[in-house]
Amino acid sequence: MSNDHRHDEHEHAEHHHDFEGSELSDMDLRVRTLESLLTEKGYVDPDALNALIETYETRVGPRNGCRVVARAWTDPAYRKWLLEDATAAIASLGYVGRTGEHMVTLENTATVHNIVVCTLCSCYPWTVLGLPPVWYKSAPYRSRAVSDPRGVIKEFGFDLPADVEIRVWDSTSAVRYLVLPRRPAGTEGWDEAQLAELVTRDSMIGVGLPKTVAQLQKETE
Amino acid sequence: MSGVHDLGGMHGFGPVNAEPAEPAFHHEWERRVFALTLAMNATGKWNQDMARGARESLEPVQYLSSTYYQIWFEGLKRLLVSASLVDAREIADGRPHAAAAASVRKLAAAQVGPMLTKGNPQTRAATAPARFKLDDTVKTKRMNPSTHTRLPRYCRDKRGVIIAVHGAHVFPDTNAIGRGEQPQWLYTVKFDAAELWGADTTAASVCVNLWEPYLEES
Repeated sequence: MSNDHRHDEHEHAEHHHDFEGSELSDMDLRVRTLESLLTEKGYVDPDALNALIETYETRVGPRNGCRVVARAWTDPAYRKWLLEDATAAIASLGYVGRTGEHMVTLENTATVHNIVVCTLCSCYPWTVLGLPPVWYKSAPYRSRAVSDPRGVIKEFGFDLPADVEIRVWDSTSAVRYLVLPRRPAGTEGWDEAQLAELVTRDSMIGVGLPKTVAQLQKETE
Repeated sequence: MSGVHDLGGMHGFGPVNAEPAEPAFHHEWERRVFALTLAMNATGKWNQDMARGARESLEPVQYLSSTYYQIWFEGLKRLLVSASLVDAREIADGRPHAAAAASVRKLAAAQVGPMLTKGNPQTRAATAPARFKLDDTVKTKRMNPSTHTRLPRYCRDKRGVIIAVHGAHVFPDTNAIGRGEQPQWLYTVKFDAAELWGADTTAASVCVNLWEPYLEES
């Protein structure tokens, strides 16, 4: 897992070097300079920095949210709790803390589709989804999700029937949203662990749908 | 503040480019900026609203041409200087020229887990009863403050309906400028998309979390 991770990062770094020229090595130098200054002044402990990075690179991520959604798909009492008091229901699975202090679940139905954005910055439920991806924090998404969500959704490769109402949620406060997508067809009798494999990060933001059974089978072949 | 960070409804930024299998960070310096920001936030020398205000205070051209963690880096430097923890000369050459500020709570590695678990809840005891209730129609204020606010431009002077009451939360507009938390009732207000955008929208509605001082009776 971590080897794959490094590999992706390496490729991406090369890509950006082509695009942004010497700016990145300049950023490396400037950030290193600041870190050494703050360390020398006694304001930061490098071990604490490493612990912060390790937490968000390896322990907190969308897998947490996938488990919440899969539980809601299999356990009607949990689903009800998740819709009524998302903070407590999510905490019961061990996902608590920073940027998950005030959670609200948004349920997709046959007639309503929810999509989440933060037009002002990058507010995102870290406890269940990890750190936000670059596109979520980017100007194209933040500017258009709030006025043209259907157009944005198409850029993610799917569309919704014209009669589905699209409800946009702008995360302007500490209240953070988890979209509860609809359970895919053909999954009767599946257990929580199997269902969690169908849940995607994007489906919990509202810019994607869960994988279909056929998609999952194709992936695991 | 009506800055370029307030992007809702703008055009011209092109399509959304999602990267498949995106890593949490793309460069080592991004990891360090992320961790430095969280660690320095934990010193208690400023609050999260001040931190947002610092990032929003970048000049528009710089803000829009910076990557996300470049904005964090610039914001962090501004916070450090304004809190008198470092000066511009120290940032430039990376060497201390003056003694460290007193009473800076340094985050220890062992405190990271408990700090993240505890989080930073924004709810506070209410100092007055809520002015609005579920299903009330409200109108957002027409305003243009030069300092930090969480009322986006696109939903100022618009009518909407209260669909949730979240209790009293820290009020960013005062907290960001050192005037205290001044907790205010927080509501979710649902706007018909047509109220915000006329016919130029594919949304049915837009729901925004808004503090009571942003709202008036419709």
